[in-house]
Amino acid sequence: MSESGDSDASWIFYKDRPDWSDVTPIPEDDGPAPVVVIAHSEKFEDVYDYFRAILKTNEKSERALLLTKDAVEFNPANYTVWQYRRDLLQALGTDLKTELEYVEAVIKQSPKNYQVWHHRRVLIEWLQDPSLELEVTGDALQQDPKNYHAWQHRQWAIKTFGLFDKEMDFVDTLINEDVRNNSAWNQRYFVMNNHLGWSDYNVQKEICYALEKIKFVKNNESAWNYLRGVLLHDKRGISGNAVVTSFCEELYKNKCRSPYLLAFIIDICEENLKKGETSCIYNSERAIDLCQALATKYDKIRSKYWNYFSEKIKALQNIKTVEQNNMEE
Amino acid sequence: MSFKTKDVVLSEDRPKTLLLQKHSDFLASYGVNKDDYEYCMTEYLRMSGIYWSLTAMELMDQSSRMPKEEIIAFISSCQDSESGGLSASNGHDPHMLYTLSAVQVLAMYDRLDAIDTEGVVRFVTSMQQEDGSFIGDKWGEVDTRFSFCAVMCLSLLHRLDAINVSKAVDFVLSCMNFDGGFGSKPGSESHAGLIYCCVGTLSICKRMDALKCDELAWWLCERQLPSGGLNGRPEKLPDLCYSWWVMSSLSMLNRIHWVDKKNLEQYILACQDAETGGFSDRPGDITDPFHTLFGLAGLSLLGNSSIKRVNPTYCMPQETIDRLKLEPQILYV
Ligand SMILES: [Zn+2]
Repeated sequence: MSESGDSDASWIFYKDRPDWSDVTPIPEDDGPAPVVVIAHSEKFEDVYDYFRAILKTNEKSERALLLTKDAVEFNPANYTVWQYRRDLLQALGTDLKTELEYVEAVIKQSPKNYQVWHHRRVLIEWLQDPSLELEVTGDALQQDPKNYHAWQHRQWAIKTFGLFDKEMDFVDTLINEDVRNNSAWNQRYFVMNNHLGWSDYNVQKEICYALEKIKFVKNNESAWNYLRGVLLHDKRGISGNAVVTSFCEELYKNKCRSPYLLAFIIDICEENLKKGETSCIYNSERAIDLCQALATKYDKIRSKYWNYFSEKIKALQNIKTVEQNNMEE
Repeated sequence: MSFKTKDVVLSEDRPKTLLLQKHSDFLASYGVNKDDYEYCMTEYLRMSGIYWSLTAMELMDQSSRMPKEEIIAFISSCQDSESGGLSASNGHDPHMLYTLSAVQVLAMYDRLDAIDTEGVVRFVTSMQQEDGSFIGDKWGEVDTRFSFCAVMCLSLLHRLDAINVSKAVDFVLSCMNFDGGFGSKPGSESHAGLIYCCVGTLSICKRMDALKCDELAWWLCERQLPSGGLNGRPEKLPDLCYSWWVMSSLSMLNRIHWVDKKNLEQYILACQDAETGGFSDRPGDITDPFHTLFGLAGLSLLGNSSIKRVNPTYCMPQETIDRLKLEPQILYV
């Protein structure tokens, strides 16, 4: 938050500006003390006293538009200011391209502010021109690759205007920069789900992509989650893809004990058990052993969860045994 | 590239006991001090501020330190007679977030008569879209947060019948991701705060059966870091408010025992400031009412008996929820 004008000796209070002398400022109604007393600087109060005044008279003028700029600078989270600014833009027929440049500058200053991004979205809707959106959101994500607002805006623009073409390249770059960037993995799924589709070929390709990244950093929650997500689209489930199972066994053999790997093997065992398939490596005994290992050694902080899961497997095993006995009778 | 987990280290001289009196003093005098300026400006919106402070005080059984009549008068003055919604403060535009905060505060005071509740129903209803989603204000963007605001608000008024509940649920479910979590819109990344909103919506609408329960609960448990604190997304730093969003979600899923309660309690206590009172996002940061509420509410969920019981769905004292005869759904599997 910048205290606008603090360093600016030429700042003139609105109450001292001749061109505002016709307006009577409205001071803030403080509400109940002490919970809600908010201490403001003198400049802040001056700007907002005049903002309240034009709001009350519903003044639609160029000077009002300039005033909202100052009000935004003091508090970009004030949604009433933004809303009034949009009313002004419409009433005055202001050039919206200039407004886009302005809002881009505000986004650079306050990239995590909901109102600013929303303002941008409304402008793009009015203009029906998304040509700058990938670049603007790309810049924001360069600063903070997990900025939720930037991702939301980007997804909206991509979906609304069909800008999927180069998105996979963008995702690739981000994942290569930080393989644990969960937002980028989510975007990968978004592009697959909404654009490229889950053909058998694509499923296999995405599985290989995820495995390659897991090989690089084994204890990566995002890549493992993505792998599970992709396998939702594999008719054979998580246990039926030989590429995946042999990859897991290879890691295990090479002494990898990442909780995500062990959890994945447990899930393969569970799926096999549910399907009623017998397997010498994916069975309830192994699942229970792995739960034990996680609870006592590799993921102690979640021991309660692993104990629960172990019990769940045991119960499942019992049901299956009973079913089998019934069938034999 | 860093291969280390993002986390904090708790220092030896951190607070290890609950400093209730300090927190009560902190909230009673909050805002009088000029140093709070920065925080007020960025995160603090008045109507929600009242809700955070009052709920925290209620949980400590100290709400008599809040200026009740003034607060009620202030809330009445924030209702927009045309739309029926309430704003953050006088002269602002009505918004779902503040309408909910206002209704929560009045429900705790048992003074819902202080506003035109039919107006509130009208406002909330007008925010529902064709696809069942909700926007936050007349310009607004769709967000699952607002779905939660809508159903919570209407349920507190016993007027859930005023919206299309099954469409509201369908929209929330359309935001479920491949990892079992939820984001703000279909396709948006899973985020603990939004998971709380979505699970809360399903809890109030009694549709918890629609969740991928174990998968979601596992994702939530994965948020716990070695320090005991919880983050809101993978590879983010722990933050006290996320401990509430994760824990309350796990409570509704009946799986709060899956987190390491002892470690988490240590982290929450370490977020107290022994001098100023209040809780902060991480140990050593500046405290504020928002994190103070979620610190206390979190400890309540962990079973701390010197704090009143909090309801995980509503983030309000259980006694208020009981008085209103509300029964948000908790999973029992
Ligand atoms: Zn926080």
